[in-house]
Amino acid sequence: MTSTRSSQAPAPLRRDYPAGSLAFPHRDLLGIGQLERHEILYLLDEAEQWVQLNRQSTKHSDLLAGLTIINAFFENSTRTLLSFEIAGKRLGADVVNMHAAQSSVKKGETLIDTAITLNAMHADAIVIRHGSSGAVELIASKVDCPVLNAGDGQHEHPTQGLLDALALRHALRERGHNADDFTGLTITICGDILHSRVARSNILSLTALGANVRLCAPPALMPAEVEAMGATPFDNFDAALDGADVAMMLRLQTERMEGQFIPSAREYHHLFGLTKDRLNRAAPDALVMHPGPMNRGVEIDSEVADMLDRSIITRQVEMGVAIRMAALDVLTRKARGVDGWGDRAPGTSGGGQWV
Amino acid sequence: MSAVAPLTITGGKLVLGDSITAGNIRCADGMIEAVGDVAPQDGDTVVDAKGKLVTPGIVDFGVFAIDKPACHFGGITRVAVMPDQSPPLDYPSRVQLVAQSGKPDLWVHPLAAATKDLAGAELAEIGLMRDSGARGVATGRGWIADSGAMLRLLQYAAMLEMTVTSHAEDSGIAGNAAATSGDMATRLGLPNAPAEAEALAVSRDIMLAEMAGARLHLRQVTTRASLDIVRAAKARGVQVTAGVTPAHFMLSDLATAEFRTFARLSPPLRCEDDRQAVIAAIGDGTIDVIASGHDPRGPEDKRLPFADAEPGMAGADTLLAMTLTLVRDEVIDLPRAFQLLAASPARLLGVNCGTLEVGAEADLCIVDAEKPWIIDSGQSAASAGNTPFDGQPAQGRALAVFKGGASVTA
Repeated sequence: MTSTRSSQAPAPLRRDYPAGSLAFPHRDLLGIGQLERHEILYLLDEAEQWVQLNRQSTKHSDLLAGLTIINAFFENSTRTLLSFEIAGKRLGADVVNMHAAQSSVKKGETLIDTAITLNAMHADAIVIRHGSSGAVELIASKVDCPVLNAGDGQHEHPTQGLLDALALRHALRERGHNADDFTGLTITICGDILHSRVARSNILSLTALGANVRLCAPPALMPAEVEAMGATPFDNFDAALDGADVAMMLRLQTERMEGQFIPSAREYHHLFGLTKDRLNRAAPDALVMHPGPMNRGVEIDSEVADMLDRSIITRQVEMGVAIRMAALDVLTRKARGVDGWGDRAPGTSGGGQWV
Repeated sequence: MSAVAPLTITGGKLVLGDSITAGNIRCADGMIEAVGDVAPQDGDTVVDAKGKLVTPGIVDFGVFAIDKPACHFGGITRVAVMPDQSPPLDYPSRVQLVAQSGKPDLWVHPLAAATKDLAGAELAEIGLMRDSGARGVATGRGWIADSGAMLRLLQYAAMLEMTVTSHAEDSGIAGNAAATSGDMATRLGLPNAPAEAEALAVSRDIMLAEMAGARLHLRQVTTRASLDIVRAAKARGVQVTAGVTPAHFMLSDLATAEFRTFARLSPPLRCEDDRQAVIAAIGDGTIDVIASGHDPRGPEDKRLPFADAEPGMAGADTLLAMTLTLVRDEVIDLPRAFQLLAASPARLLGVNCGTLEVGAEADLCIVDAEKPWIIDSGQSAASAGNTPFDGQPAQGRALAVFKGGASVTA
């Protein structure tokens, strides 16, 4: 399909996907909730080539040369913004960052007007982070180009869910597990589940990939009816960790809390902090993950976060760039006129087809 | 009004208090003069109902905007307007102005703000507002969190013989919630509060009303638990009435999928079990009033992320059709539907209408209960089309509306 691809080492596992755009028939990446299992796997597999590229000394592709990508961040972010910016630049796109804190949003412009303004600038993809759930879908409905959700309120953060899956898959492969997905794996997500879009995207992607997901939080920070999403709730961290293969820790999002949920950081650490002792309750060699930013000494101890053989926290950051490159590549294929990704699906002459 | 010729509607099916009877109805001097076997006299304006229903005009208890075209489209001849105006109806002269704003073809009955600025703390001048035309007292969109203030309000209103209309939702639990806790709110990541926030507030308000000997109207009772509390209170003789809007018997929180802000309401939409409980409560008489809660809102309030959008729906134009779905579903019969829409709210307001009785004011509608139409927010008669029923097929329309015996040209 592209010259870049043929020069890359093939990804370790190649599955068969529907041809062309049928493999990923979405204009936008708004949430894991809209994706089928095979579409999640497709993005993960597409990201493998970029993992390879990112590990070389010259990490540049001209795949998206000439395209403009706007990163519109209505909420402060350091790592996600940086990750998207690097991803776009490594693919050769012109990347522009818009910080809403300094923009006309502060002057009373409505979100819709901001969206229309961005659209008029002929962006080829817009990456959006916003503090309100559903805001990214709202903007997507008003623009003509692909929209990537970089986190909306407490709803979803799909690229985080995907990068966590990719990081976990790489770690498992290194240990000799070559399974297609996470069937049979038990993953415990502990922390402020209520306010966490990362948790929601991860619950959806990990359960879609076959994992058993346990959630652990004090009751006031556990959303209602999480069982309906396929997760099992706990309020005792020791019980939640018992025999788990992965412990994914989340920080307390105090900026989203209205009222007091936790008496003190010290007490939270006492009940829900991941210590070396606690980690021993999990399966031998259990992996430790954290989407960042970490509050060391609160939800996770430094000695756990820095365990070279167990913690894959830095690898999550690495995979973030690759996943975002894959998402930008896949979603701009139609605009770039990649064969099979145009208006008409491949192999059809306008008639019906199977999916 | 005296210039209007007497009106006789012939050939209709009259929706009386407990039955439907074929017959005529004659109105003179703005009042119903004769019902049933009555012939038009010389000089009467004669309207042939052509076998359609002749009903009392709807009395819409608790609207947020005075929206005449929507009301006339929906067969509404009187509205009780909530004090949540800008500025709020917490001052006698404002009440007086609003009380006269709709005449002659839509009568507006203001509900006085219970507290100054609707802040929930200091009592407003309720007595003066009563004498300026207020037909009740309301806490507005919010709950009075201070139980002491609520008790004093109820005692004061009892002295003035005014009904207190309360928005029952415990504000400490509800906070800034935009949805009811549950699977939908969890998936959508919306700020949410458990449905029990309503039952808690309902039970406190009922207990205080009982202490004060006051009449309490709960404008929207939307959960199984709070309906059980109302049912029990009525059984022991508390002067409590309950209302609901069509959204809470037509829709569950599934309607908020894809962050549809037209379904952002206060109280928020509930789970399916609560919706079923509301339908059952309408059927067994626990709910007394169905009202629109008409609150038209333009895109500047609604084209926003879900939690940032203002709550509320336009509903005056769809109130009749939605209530008639309960008749078709055999939850209630037609006479009961018009008790919920007209007679009970008229009684709450203490106004002489809402029934087809001799001596009542001649507020009437001719209704085709089966007429099919599509609810279209773009074509709405309301000043804004923010209805969660957008695109839905409906049945039942007001064909003609008469206020005080005079035809209203909608």
